[in-house]
Amino acid sequence: MSRSRLISIIKAFVFIAALGPLGYLFAKALQNDLGANPVEFVTHATGDTALIFLLCSLAITPLRKLANLPDLIRFRRMLGLYAFFYASLHLLTFVGLDHHFHWAEVLPDVYKRPFVTAGFTAWLLMVPLALTSTTWSIRKMGGKNWQTLHRLVYFSAIAGVVHYWWLVKKDITDPLIYAVILAVLLGYRLAVKFSGGRRAAAPSLATGS
Amino acid sequence: MLTKKPSEIDLPYSEVTPKAAYFDRRKFMTGLGLAGAAALVGREAFQMAQPDEVAHANTKLSFGKSAYSDKQTPTSLKDITTYNNFYEFGTDKDEPAEYAGTLKTRPWTVAIEGEVKKPQTIDIDSLVKLAPLEERIYRHRCVEGWSMVIPWIGFPLSNLINRAQPTSKAKFVQFVTLFDRQQMPHAGNVLDWPYSEGLRIDEAMHPLTILVFGLYGEVLPNQNGAPVRIHVPWKYGFKSAKSIVKIRFVEQQPPTTWSGMAPNEYGFYSNVNPEVDHPRWSQATERVIGGGLFAARKPTQMFNGYGKLVAGMYNGMDLRKNY
Repeated sequence: MSRSRLISIIKAFVFIAALGPLGYLFAKALQNDLGANPVEFVTHATGDTALIFLLCSLAITPLRKLANLPDLIRFRRMLGLYAFFYASLHLLTFVGLDHHFHWAEVLPDVYKRPFVTAGFTAWLLMVPLALTSTTWSIRKMGGKNWQTLHRLVYFSAIAGVVHYWWLVKKDITDPLIYAVILAVLLGYRLAVKFSGGRRAAAPSLATGS
Repeated sequence: MLTKKPSEIDLPYSEVTPKAAYFDRRKFMTGLGLAGAAALVGREAFQMAQPDEVAHANTKLSFGKSAYSDKQTPTSLKDITTYNNFYEFGTDKDEPAEYAGTLKTRPWTVAIEGEVKKPQTIDIDSLVKLAPLEERIYRHRCVEGWSMVIPWIGFPLSNLINRAQPTSKAKFVQFVTLFDRQQMPHAGNVLDWPYSEGLRIDEAMHPLTILVFGLYGEVLPNQNGAPVRIHVPWKYGFKSAKSIVKIRFVEQQPPTTWSGMAPNEYGFYSNVNPEVDHPRWSQATERVIGGGLFAARKPTQMFNGYGKLVAGMYNGMDLRKNY
């Protein structure tokens, strides 16, 4: 089997596996097994999943360099789009299931409550990235511009982790885990940038970064 | 015991579902659930089809009714016993149900200390016989923005206070929860321990404030604060301390756990108040536990709906400052 064909198969597998969390929620909903507070359960599950996919997409660049697996780049767009997909479900759960689209309740939250502001910012920053995720967009915008725009993902991830941190009452264990992983992933990029590894840091269009 | 008529209690009668209609609805939903449409019908169908399987002390208590009881249908035993904040057994809501089995509720004593004429240590089995037990179906509103309706079994705390005979210096009452790392695997993390709460003496003497020994007619499950806790229905849930070992009468406002951890977020009074938001979230509405995936939040009521009975205690106080 050719390398390219193998990657396509793995990609199809990852694509289906990434729907797992959604399938899990549907299965639990069908069995009425979402616990005493099902809306909260769905909110937390979609939020966690979005953050996990966001961190996975950010792990691609370090992994492909450190493990010398350049083909990993072919998974990055899919992981990023899944992060956006689950973040959108998370937002929809908050606005729809929790607040029944009562904008008078939701909109003040967006500017009055810092944790909601952070979460909404994280989602908003992903919108242009999802919209320009096509190969056509890369060509149309030019690699350098596209690259610059897509650095927004760093800020989206930071806002996402801050969102979680500000939400918990006192036990910060879980947000701390996300924060540490994100710090490692972003720290790697800073280390590459400042260690004079310009070649490594400067992405080429062919492979992305 | 029935000193107030139900009509004096500020209950949302508009929300009361006639029992017959309620049960018919449950039957109807069970039918739907069996037809495979369970996802669309909320939790009731599930609860009808699968009786509560919660491990439970299974000791029946005898009790009378109370006019202070809410007329709404109580939240299911399963939800009340699997969705708990009891950090001594973990910070996730399902952890107390999982880990509270290690709590030993016998032997158990409650020490009455401080500004009282009769300081004493009471054995739990004597304490429970101090006054006739009543069922008090109370609304319970958590500071996190969710609520339940809980059929507690207990009696007014004033029975115990009168027996201890507070001195004129007793202005506040402090409640201290057991702190034992052996029995409470997660105690020691996150908060300052032991867990401590407090009330003003008039709040503690109020007929709505109860010592709780049971739930749904049986002995209190560990995760709900066995063997004895208080419940103060017009305040956010964290004011109602669980698994109490010490009740101390003091002159100065006592330090309390959550208020000590984050004084700008949790005040000493913590009366339910839809107009005073938590700094990080709104308190205007609440999610009613048991409503299922598609239920709307409902508006939170001042003093959790008990305003007619308790508002007088706060006359002249700025409830924005004294949150």
